[in-house]
Parts: sequence; C-alpha cells; structure tokens
Amino acid sequence: MLLIYCPYCEEERSELEFRQAGDAHIARPTNMTEMTDEEFEAFFFLRDNVKGLTYERWRHLNGCGRFFNAARDTVSDKFVTTYKAGLPKPDISALRPATEATVETYEATESNAK
Amino acid sequence: MRKYSVFAVAREAMRGHRGWEAQWTSPEPRKEYDVIIIGAGGHGLGTAYYLAKEHGITNIAVLEKGWLGGGNTGRNTTIIRSNYLYDESAGIYDHALKLWDDLSQDLNYNVMYSARGVMMLSHNIHDQQVFKRHIHANRLNGIDNEWLTPEQAKEFCPPLDISRTARYPINGAALQRRGGTARHDAVAWGYARAAADRGVHIIQNCEVTGLRRHANGAIAGVETNRGYIGAKKVGVVAAGHTSVLMEMAEVRMPLVSYPLQALVSEPVKPIFPCVVMSNTVHAYISQSDKGELVIGAGTDQYSSYSQTGGLQIITHTLDAICELFPIFRRMKMMRSWGGIVDVTPDRSPILAKTPVPGLYVNCGWGTGGFKATPGSANVFAHTIANDAPHKINAPFTLERFRSGRLIDEAAAAAVAH
Amino acid sequence: MSGANRIPGAGRLTPAKTARFVFDGKSYAALEGDTAASALLANGVHLVGRSFKYHRPRGIVSAGAEEPNALIGVERDAARKQPNVRATVQEVFDGMKVISQNRWPSLSFDVGAVNNLLSPFFAAGFYYKTFMWPKQAWKHVYEPQIRAAAGLGVSPTEDDTDHYSSRYAHCDVLVIGAGVAGLSAALAAAKTGARVIICDEQAEVGGALHYDKSVTINGLEGFTWAQATAAELAQMENVTVLPRTTAFGYYAQNFVGLTERVTEHLAKPDRKLPRERLWQVRAKRVIIATGAIERHMVFANNDRPGIMLASAARTFLNHFGVAVGKKIGVYTANDSAYEAAFDLKRAGITVAAIVDSREKPGEAVLAEARKLGIEVLTGHAVIETAGKLRVSSMSVARNGGGRGRSIAIDALLVSAGWTPSVHMFSQSRGKVAYDFESQRFLPGTYAQDCLSVGACNGTNDLQATIEESLAAGELTSNASGFTASQKTELQGSNAFAWTGGMAGAAEGAGPDTTVKAFIDFQNDVCAKDIRLAVREGMHSIEHIKRFTTNGMATDQGKLSNIHGLAIAAETLGREIPKVGLTTFRAPYTPVTFGALINHSRGELFDPTRKTPMHALEEAQGAVFEDVGQWKRAWYYPRAGEDMHQAVNRECKTVRDVAGIFDASTLGKIEVVGPDAAQFLNLIYTNSWDTLKPGRCRYGIMLREDGFVYDDGVVGRMAEDRFHVTTTTGGAARVMNHMEDYLQTEFPHLNVWLTSATEQWAVIAVQGPKAREIIAPLVEGIDLSNEAFPHMSVREGKICGVPTRLFRMSFTGETGFEVNVPADFGPAVWAAIWERAEPMGACAYGTETMHILRAEKGYIIVGQDTDGTVTPDDASLSWAVGKKKPDFVGIRGLRRPDLVADGRKQLVGLLTKDPKLVLEEGAQIVADPNQALPMTMIGHVTSSYWSENCGRSIALALVAGGKAKLGETLYVPMPDRTIAVEVSDMVFIDKEGGRING
Repeated sequence: MLLIYCPYCEEERSELEFRQAGDAHIARPTNMTEMTDEEFEAFFFLRDNVKGLTYERWRHLNGCGRFFNAARDTVSDKFVTTYKAGLPKPDISALRPATEATVETYEATESNAK
Repeated sequence: MRKYSVFAVAREAMRGHRGWEAQWTSPEPRKEYDVIIIGAGGHGLGTAYYLAKEHGITNIAVLEKGWLGGGNTGRNTTIIRSNYLYDESAGIYDHALKLWDDLSQDLNYNVMYSARGVMMLSHNIHDQQVFKRHIHANRLNGIDNEWLTPEQAKEFCPPLDISRTARYPINGAALQRRGGTARHDAVAWGYARAAADRGVHIIQNCEVTGLRRHANGAIAGVETNRGYIGAKKVGVVAAGHTSVLMEMAEVRMPLVSYPLQALVSEPVKPIFPCVVMSNTVHAYISQSDKGELVIGAGTDQYSSYSQTGGLQIITHTLDAICELFPIFRRMKMMRSWGGIVDVTPDRSPILAKTPVPGLYVNCGWGTGGFKATPGSANVFAHTIANDAPHKINAPFTLERFRSGRLIDEAAAAAVAH
Repeated sequence: MSGANRIPGAGRLTPAKTARFVFDGKSYAALEGDTAASALLANGVHLVGRSFKYHRPRGIVSAGAEEPNALIGVERDAARKQPNVRATVQEVFDGMKVISQNRWPSLSFDVGAVNNLLSPFFAAGFYYKTFMWPKQAWKHVYEPQIRAAAGLGVSPTEDDTDHYSSRYAHCDVLVIGAGVAGLSAALAAAKTGARVIICDEQAEVGGALHYDKSVTINGLEGFTWAQATAAELAQMENVTVLPRTTAFGYYAQNFVGLTERVTEHLAKPDRKLPRERLWQVRAKRVIIATGAIERHMVFANNDRPGIMLASAARTFLNHFGVAVGKKIGVYTANDSAYEAAFDLKRAGITVAAIVDSREKPGEAVLAEARKLGIEVLTGHAVIETAGKLRVSSMSVARNGGGRGRSIAIDALLVSAGWTPSVHMFSQSRGKVAYDFESQRFLPGTYAQDCLSVGACNGTNDLQATIEESLAAGELTSNASGFTASQKTELQGSNAFAWTGGMAGAAEGAGPDTTVKAFIDFQNDVCAKDIRLAVREGMHSIEHIKRFTTNGMATDQGKLSNIHGLAIAAETLGREIPKVGLTTFRAPYTPVTFGALINHSRGELFDPTRKTPMHALEEAQGAVFEDVGQWKRAWYYPRAGEDMHQAVNRECKTVRDVAGIFDASTLGKIEVVGPDAAQFLNLIYTNSWDTLKPGRCRYGIMLREDGFVYDDGVVGRMAEDRFHVTTTTGGAARVMNHMEDYLQTEFPHLNVWLTSATEQWAVIAVQGPKAREIIAPLVEGIDLSNEAFPHMSVREGKICGVPTRLFRMSFTGETGFEVNVPADFGPAVWAAIWERAEPMGACAYGTETMHILRAEKGYIIVGQDTDGTVTPDDASLSWAVGKKKPDFVGIRGLRRPDLVADGRKQLVGLLTKDPKLVLEEGAQIVADPNQALPMTMIGHVTSSYWSENCGRSIALALVAGGKAKLGETLYVPMPDRTIAVEVSDMVFIDKEGGRING
C-alpha cells in the first residue's frame, strides 16, 4: 500500500484514501468541435504509458476530495513529488537524488553479482 | 524432434532419462530473419509456431529479454473460456478454445487443458440480465453457456455458499462447461519446443533496445543488447511492455499497464472441482493439479511496471473468496505474485497492422490473455504472413478508437475478463 | 514421563508441567512449551509424514518455520481442522489432536508409496510428455488420478468458527526477528525513546540462542539474556514486543504485514480472543534481523526419518531436553554441526562419527572433537543410508570413491552451511548480491529505508553482530529525531567461530541419474532432476524451478533453493550468480486467509446501505433486492400473493389510484454558485441557461467518448442553485466525474458541488390520486396544475418539515417526489401512507417502478443502455443541445462510427402472442432459419408482463431499429422461436395526457 503526500492536506496518508485518475498534464482542448478524429484519438485514447518517471493525477477521495498531480516512478512505484493541480511539471532533477538509480524489476535484478 | 509418448518415457525410465534432448536450443542470432517476434510468451511463441506450421515461414527469431514464458504466461491464473458477448470477441476466444481442445496433441506436449467448467456467479438482477444476454448470444454463436439455479450451481461446485443470508446472495450462475484451465508453463514450453523443431530461433536474454526503419518508413530490423538484427517483418507481442517497444517506432498506443496480482494457497487434496468467477465481489478461484487454490483479483489502481502490488488488493480478494466459500478461511496463502497487464480503453485486444509497414502488434489483452493464446497466435501469424488480418481479428484494429468502433465487453457486461 | 528420549536436566522446559496429545489415534505425553515435533521426538516418533510425489516416509528435518517435511493436521473440532501445520512450529496444548497427512491407509503402510517404486518413470516434468492419448482421458482418467495423489492435507469442509482481528500500527523502528541481532537493535533503538515494534516468529525470543548454549551476553547465558532483554523492552512504553508473530510481507514504503498467532498454542482459548491477528505496520525504518537457515547435505537417500539439520538436533536437546537418537552420526561441510555432536556427546549420547566432506575442518572444532573422543572422518562422504521408516545406518566412504563402510546410527545430523534469510530484504525490492568469498547471496543495494543486521547480513561473529545491531538501532532512531543519552553496551562471547559450508550436491549424491539425493524434500526434487531439467534445455533458474517444482512447496525452498541453484550452475558450467536466484515473494511463511480477512466477513464484508424508510417498508412486508450496496424494496406481497401477483396489483393500483415509492437511493448532488448553469451546460448534453428557477429538466450526461454515462432530473432551485439527481448506481461516479471536470478542466467556474444523496429521503407519490393524497400535508405550495405544472420544483413544508417538492413522474402518471431531510423520512412516509392506504393506494417496489416506466418507454441507463449507446441510439437526441459550442462528449459523439447508419437503436417490441413475455437478454434475428452462428441484430433490454396493457411489452436495442417499425423480427429461444413486431417505445397513454392530470 502506497503512502501518498496530499499537497492540499500537507500530510502523508495511506493509498486507501486516494484514487488514481490517469495521466496528468493532458489539458482538455478548448476547440473540441474543430478537432480531427486523429487529434481526438491522441487526446483521449493514446497514452505514453511510461516505464519510469510518469506524471499522473490522484484524487484524495476519502480526504479533502482534491485532485492533484504526482511524479512517480512506475518501476519502483516511488513518488518523487506531488503537487497541486494546475501547477506546471516540477523540475524533477532537483528533487531526485542523483545517486538513486531506478530500481529495476525483480527478474532483472536477481542475477546481479557483487 | 523426438516424439513424446508413454513409450518414450518408459524407455527413458530404463536408462535414467539420459536420452532426452533439449526442448529448445539457444542459438546465436542470425544477421537477418524474415520475421522477428518480440516477446517469447505463449502468444509470441505460438505466433512463430503457426507461421512455421501454417504459412511456411521458418526463418524466424523470437526475441525475449528474460526467460521464455516468464511474463504473464507464467503468472496468470490459467482460466480458459470463450463465452464472450460480442461476435468479435466470441469469434476469437472460441477460435482459441477449439485450438485448446487439440493443443496437447498438436504440439505433442501435454498442456493439461482441462475442461472443468467455468462458472460465473450472478448476485443480483443486473448480473442475471447481463448473463442471460451472454447466454443467448453465445447459443446463437454456437458457444456453450448455460444458466444454473443456485442449487444447480452448488451441485456443480459443492463448497459454494448459496445461503440467502450471505451479504451478496447468489441468484444463479452462468456455466461454460468447455471452459477450464491449462498448465501455463507447458503452453510456453510446448510452443517453444514445437517452434524450435520447425527451425524457429528462440533467443532469450535478448532485449530489444530500438526498432530500425528504412528511409520509406518500413521496418528494417531491431537493435538489441546482442547487436542489430535485420528483419523483413516484426511482430510486437510484449504485453505490459508494448508501449515501450512501440514508442521505439514512434507509435503511441492506447494502452495503460497495471499490476495484476494473484496468489495460491498451500496444496490440499481435491476440494474444488471447477473454476468460479464473481464480478460483483471481484474474485476468481480454481484448484491446480498440485492441489493449490489459485486465486486472482482485479488490478491495482495505478499504472506500474513493478510486478508487485499492495497487500490490500490481496486481502480484499480473499475477503471475497471467503464470502463465497467460507470453508476456506483456515486455508493459507502460500505465495503471491504480480504481473503487468496492458489494458486498452475498451478492454479488448489489438491484433493488427500498424502505421509502420512491416510492423505488427498483438497486445491489450488486459487480464484475459492466457485463454486466447492459441487463437491469438494463430490469427496473428496469419496477419503477419499475409500482411492482412484474418477475418477473426479484423475488428481488433489499432484505429478503432479513432472511429469509435469499440468492442467494449466491459461496458456491455460489467464483466471482468 | 514426557517421553523416553527426554534427557534429565537438559532443556528449558519444566518437567512438572505436562500435557497430553494424540497423534494418529495414539496418546502421548508432552511438556508445556513443546512443539509437536519436540514432543514426538521425545516419544521416539520420527516418522511423521509422507512426501508429495513419491509418498516416501519422512521425519522431522528442522526445528523451525523452514520445515519442509513434518506437516501435520491439527484438529480442535469439526469446524476447526487445520491442514499442513508445521510440527516444528505448532506448540503442544493439552488435548491436542494431530493427524498425519498424505497417506492411506496409514502412515507406516501407505499404498501411495508405490509411486516410489515407479519413480524411474516419474522423472521431473514427465507429465508434459505423456497422458496425451486418448484425448479425453486427460480430463476423465489421468488428471483425476494425479489430483487425488497430489495435495497434502485435507481442506476444512465446515465454516471456520474462529475469529481473527486486525491492527494498523505506526512506529519509528520495526525490528524483524528477536535473536541476538534483533534484540540488540531493538534495545538500542528503544533507549532513544523511538517507537519500536519487535516481532519474532517463535514462541520465545532468542533465535539461535535456543540452541547455542555456549553464548553468554553481559555475563548471562544467551537465552536468559534474551528473555531478560525482551522483558525489559516489554516494560517500556515506547516498545511493543510481539512473539509468535511472523513478518510475512514487505511492501512499498516500509509497509510490513505481520501475523500474530494469539491462541493457537492454548488448550482452551478464550473464545473472545482472536485466533490470529493481522498487523499492518508502517515503519519509518525497518531493521531486518532474520538470521540464517541451515541447509541440509545433498546425498543418496538423505530423506529418511531421523536425518535432520544439526542445529535442529541441538535445539531439541538444549531447549526441549530431547535427544533425537541414541547413536548419532553427523555429516557436514561446516563447523557448526560439530557443536551439535559436542552437546549430544556431553549429554551422554553416543556419537558414532562426524563425517566431514572437507579435508580441513576448523581447527578448534577438530581439537574439541578429539578431546571429546569423537571420531572425525575428514574428506569423507556419506554415500548411502538405510532404514525403512527410520534411518538405521550410513555408508561412509572417502571422497572420490571406494567402498563404503556401514555405520549403525539412529539419527543423522547434517549441515551444509547457512543461508542468510534475505527474504524480507529482497521483498523490499533490494538487490541481493552474490559474495563469492563466502558463497552466499547477501543484501546488496537497498531500495527502502531498512537495514539488515546479523546473520541475514552475512555477519558471522557474535560481537560483530551485536555491535552492528546496536549501531543500526541507534542510526534508525536518529533518523526519526531520537538520540540516546548514553550508549548501550553489550559484550558477548561464544565457543567457536564457524568456517566452511557448501552448496549443491555433496560427495555421495554422485552424477548418477538414478540416485535419489533430495534437494526439496516436500516436492521430492532430487539433484538428478535439476540435471535433467538442464539437459532438456531449461537454462534459466525460473525454468528449472518450474520444471522440477524445486522450491515450490509450502516451505518455498528455504532449504532447497541454494542447492538447486548450485547444481544448476555446475551442470550449466556457469557461476552461480550468472544463473540467478528465483524471486522472493510474500508471504515468508504461509498466512491464514482468516487472518488476512479478519473482520471483513458477513455484514462487514461490504457495508449495507438502507434508506431512512427501510424499517417501515420491512414492516409493510417488502421483499428487498440488492442494488449495489443498497437494499431496495422490490415488491410488497400481500398474504397469498406471489411476486407476479403482487407486482400486477401494484402496477394496476398505481395507474388506477396511486402508489408510494421509496426513491431515496437516487444520487443527489447540490450544484451551487454563480457559474452553476454554465457548469451544467458543459457536463450535460442539454442547455440549462433557459431553465427557469422552479422548473426541472431531464438531463443526459456523456463520457468524453460520446456514450451515455448517466441521466436524471435536475431542478433549478434558484439562479445559482441546482438539485441534480443521478441513477442509484451512478451516484458516486457522477460526483467524481463532476468534481474532476470542475477541479481540473473548468477551474475558472465558480461552482461548489455537494453530495446530498444521504441527506434527502425521497418519497415518490404517483397516480391519479397523488395530489389528493399529499395535498392536506403540504403547506406553502399551490399544488394546482397551473401553479405547479409537470417538471417543476417548489420549496415549502410537508407534515411541518421542510421539503423540496418535485412535480415529476417516472410512471407517466401525475406524480410528486417529496424530498425531506433524511431524518424526517419515516414520519413523512408514515403520514403519506396513512392518507394513501384508505384511498386504495399501495406502496410499490422497484419491480413495479421498472414496469410502469417501461410502459411509458422511459429508459434505465445501465439496463437499456450499456456503455455503447449514444443519445440518438436511445431516442434521446432531443436532449442534446444542437447549438452548444461544447459539452463533455461533444467530440466523441461525432466520430464516424457513432454517427454511422445501422447502429443499434432502442425500440419497443411486441410479441405476436401477447401472453408471451420475452426473456431479458434474449437475442433478436431477422432470419430465424439461418444456421449457426446466426447474425444477431439486437437484444431485449427490458421485458415485462404489463397488467395495465393486458399483454407483454419489451424494449430492445435493434440495428437500424427506428427504420424497422412494424416489421416482424424473431427471438430464437432454446425450445422455440418467438415472433415479435417492432413498435415505438410508448405502450400506454401515447398522448401523455395523464402526466398532467
């Protein structure tokens, strides 16, 4: 169970209080009716599905109820940071300790020798 | 290939099993292949097998970054059924079911397909309406699926609690008798052996790091950790990692990868005769030949490539299992694990050509890919060989989200795969 | 007497405290504190089980949780039978009933043992190569046989009457394991004031101190020090000490699952106590002090009862006071086993010989052995053993061959060295690394805030372990801001430092393909099986594991994995780390489902939601149905009525007189703010600007992809205030959907959303007499048609309490929906009922509601639509604002396939035979005579007997349905084909006059 810092409550709370809500920083176009089918497909259906650092939305459903954004590593499931909705993508390099390498999947790690 | 049979086993028994040859070899990659399949799971190995067997293409490599069968093929709860609602889904899953029936004989490898029956529990009127719709549609599609009363359901699966006092009492069930289970590893190994026997190269520990294209945009080959390998055609069959690979060809996919967990109990003597699924309480269960209860659940809520998930998913699944089968509360969880499932917006797979000439993709099976293995591999081989889909997989395009021609089993049925 | 093999003066149990238990029908004596294993051994019972595949006789291998062989059934009563219990963990209680497993008819004579004779046939993976002919025989013959032979214990067949509980806990430092390392770490941490939890899987803390009597710490005998330290810790307010508690799973962000066995060791547990307790601990830091597990030696027939780990024999002697034999042999590659021989020798047991595969054992132990007069055969191997149900001799030969010399023994103690328990570390997603020098996998790169100390970290020396652990305890506490006023100091000493250890097949396992040198006892995996797997092309350790089933038994390879890996590496000619470890997965040891579930059963499995009027409806005889978490009144049968009769009566009564219906489960959202109408314009397909305060409108909501998501009536209470209703099932997700758009896409809009589903009780009063029923109860609202037309809303009072009164109808009759604050619901319901009943009105349930709305062609989203239906498909295009520049779904709705011809459209269906009621979900075809698979053009979404129409009615989704009005279609059923005519969707009062009555 993940531990998630709600940027509105300013508290770390258990994953049980939250709902993940898909990718962040995908703004709903304001010219909906002018979009081509391809543009609409790209907006609504296509996803980067990043292996590594991803920007995603969470809602503190059983808490303050607010949607917010998170930067999380989808390989280690570690949160790098969370931030309020509407804010731009944070500068991750400043937050991420340079020494901390992405942890690979189990199957890849286990044969590593000293 | 030396044929497997009871006589072969008996002969080997006399000489300490010294005579068995390798089921597949580990060749060095050639410079170029007619077809490269990325991903040596059941679907990928099966694709290579059917390309060789049915389309006469044998200059094939199946590249696998880890060990063959080590992805979702070796991590799933092995449920097989074909009682899907829409003609398109019913078509591909029943194609698979028909192939399952003969697969052991076809591969000369006992994949232990066991038609023990898959029973889906109905807990309320909405479930009943949905299941009846399936049953009627299945019947007219020539697919077996029948309605059982709670008493009939209990007769078919004695551990089931059908008391009216349960939190979600059962008001019936849909049973597909041809549904059942198979031995997941044997499917990968059986296809690997049969494909290798027909000349297919299975190259493990070979990770694809790039897709190279000709000036005209067509696929040229793959970069790997073992060097560049040319290919006339490339099929991506990489489940949870599809997006990562397709991105190498600048194709964005309508996919999100989620962790999916499962668990087994300690082994016990036979107690559970079939497969039972419940979508209302979110759980499914069967008993393996070794005696373990094999239990699965829904995905974790966030996208992940970690092959692990939260304990709360496991406990919630067991809550549901023990509501349905209270006699199992003293059983013990022996092992739990996770896989990565790739889910499309309509939860139906994509088996199709891509915008890149010579590049094909088979993905999006979500939580239900194992059951489709032979059918999916068979029509995907057809698609690669002919550069055109088989009529069974023609609806499962990459473009259907653009046009809106979805195959939305989940929306139509609220039924998990 | 508590067993003939109990050595007077040995062990820590109290001779006076006895208990009796039954094993396979025979009664035995035990001492309090015994495990089933120690008690059986005290009574000379070595044969306790049969192996999985070959049904070989098996004894007790270990003294702990790693036990692969000694699995027993423990029964308290019919409902409390526990299979697959490790005899080495289960504590004996007075009256305990134990049965052996996987044997028939008896443990000493097991018919299944024929498998052992057939074992040449049953090589690893043989079943993949046969049982394929004839095809049907797999399901009907082979598989049932295999299944019957497999499995171990027997599943319970009755509902468990024990209960379980759960705790969530937070701490600064969680210490896993309470041996020397864990206790030292916990002590150092505790003294800083940090919140500490320390758990240990055994009944008493101490870990290796159970057997290593030579240890002293701060002048106390090790085990005594451990108990004193635990007692000291337990008294500190900031510390929780949890014995009998296994850390089974290490999840993300230092979330660790523990199970505590609360009553499993008690003869007559207080039934108020839980059997087990699940702890879910979130720790700032975790200290892993899980020790190491001894490995057995791999040689021919190394599985006979009486052959056990050397440390286990030491535990049985030094802790339980039990000698595991009278004449013992030792086969080792490691110094630690010598100490077992020394302890037994000093206790008066004959040590026949120590066989050491090494040429050069540790000098100190060798000297001590000589001093004690024990024969040591260095550079020798045990190449064979004998003894049917218990080992009776070992054959010993010089390494490299030669004839064996037979030595009579009745127990053989083995040790191939120690495997650090990196399970928890690895589960935490740390990377293990292979240390070539000590030939062990050790913690390498950490992924979470944890530290490994002691044997699980590869630290061998006692004082080094203590110091490393004290430092870890301090360091982890400091990280949480705690510091100690003074350093904790501990001085330890022990007898010998250990050298040696090996992995894989020992001398005596041979390269032979017929020798049974067991690696995985429970699953009967031998060295030759690993070699066969490699020969068959299985080069990945995962393939080898799966092909041979090595490490897949209930012990999950705690003894076997390293041996299997070493043999695979040797066969492949690769270094061990190049072959790789299999994945460590939770749980560390098996965990009871009941503990994981704990309170989540029955009523607490999922909350039941009841409306405010539930009790009244129950009193009125309602039968309820489950709708999501809700219980809804389904119908109200009167004496002698079945469902059909009750529903027919209710349907007639509502249209002839009136009926009252509990609509409280509908979702309700209060949408407030200056931009409320603008917000709804974006969320719904309809336009809301033109809706005047006091009026209502039916609204359709889409997903962005253009398909119908939800529907409901929205009332405008004021310019800036809307009362939105949703479907019962959609309430929560619609609220989330609205919040999502409001917060993230339209944050410029000044709007607040409040869920009000449970704040309002809703009573629908429908029918020609509806107005007459409520009129005398209502204050401040003119109910006349002119003042209060259909689709209006007013605020006023009813029965003296505030109400939002809606003039609306889901029946096609004159109707009102009375919204009152939930607490007033029952009183208002009762008052309305008091007026309604004498007029001949009825209470009606969801079934009647469904029929009445179907008679009018009103759809139910989720039944008549299914997530693939557009507003136009459902004949609702009138509700889509054509001039709106934007709303959620506007673009999705315009995709080519959503506007294509031939889409399935909602229509009415009338069976040619008016008495026939179609089955909901039945499929529709144009040509009933076609062959399978048929071309289906639609399905029946709603179908009922309509007493008001005097015939059956149905709604259906039919391809191109609106163009097929009047056409005949067919519904093929298993026993017949039903002809139907396509009609419009309104079956009663087509002009719609009644609604304005």
